[in-house]
Amino acid sequence: MREISLHILDIVQNSIAAGAGRVEIIVDADTVRDLLSISIVDNGRGMSPETIKNAMNPFWTTRTTRKVGLGIPMFTAAAEACEGALRISSKVGDGTRLDVKFKLSHIDRAPFGDIATTVVDIVVANPAISFKYEQTVNGKSANLDTSDVRRELGEVPIETPEVRHWMREYLTESIANIGAIA
Amino acid sequence: MKTLEDLKKIREEALQAMMVRDGEQTCKVVVAMGTCGIASGAREVMSAILDELANRGISNITVTQTGCKGLCEKEPTVDVITAGGPAVTYGYVTPERARAIVERHVLGGQMIGDWVVATS
Repeated sequence: MREISLHILDIVQNSIAAGAGRVEIIVDADTVRDLLSISIVDNGRGMSPETIKNAMNPFWTTRTTRKVGLGIPMFTAAAEACEGALRISSKVGDGTRLDVKFKLSHIDRAPFGDIATTVVDIVVANPAISFKYEQTVNGKSANLDTSDVRRELGEVPIETPEVRHWMREYLTESIANIGAIA
Repeated sequence: MKTLEDLKKIREEALQAMMVRDGEQTCKVVVAMGTCGIASGAREVMSAILDELANRGISNITVTQTGCKGLCEKEPTVDVITAGGPAVTYGYVTPERARAIVERHVLGGQMIGDWVVATS
């Protein structure tokens, strides 16, 4: 994947396929510890220890159309190439948590990419699911939580074009204020 | 600086627009967002479709996403599903093609045969 944002988008699709009602994406960049941490937490159907092991294998997938499942293996490879790692913790019926770490300054780390557009378009394409994106850079945080947006909107759908436009501007500005991740 | 307060105004305006608009859903657009789709540019295709609809002031078309459907080598793929019509799958979709699909098929009702890779 060309950007870390695209890996995140890919993993969120797994959460959606697992029937999640809420997905939280938590990103923390720390220049002192030289660490980029990304967590994707969902309340989907979760995985057994056996399934977690299988998910790390590129030649295993839940779908029936193809015999490969490259999402998690590719994210793992990207992290490991940057002195990082990917860990999955999950419990059947509880949900799944993915924690991915990269050495922030590593020469092989892909650009973080356009996370605001990525997050907002996920939100708009999945109006039945609640999402939170939180980004912390050196201790300063910005976030977008669709629960807050929905509270203000009432009966107006979150996928309304004007709402999408507002969410994108809001998140872009909030991220710029604390420091975007390159 | 944008604040959550802005949403109050957006809500008022959207409610008024909803009252005058014909709420009937005529068409659904589905972008495949499996690993294969994303790696081939599905995110940019999704954004192009949403932008094109927003620019035209259209809000009664559902745009959603799905996973891989086995057409990995033809990604990005976009399904256009019209009420009563067949589901049409477009392949090798670029943002430019996505905007044309919105204009000619989703809004204009004319399938673009050359770009179709499957129908059902």
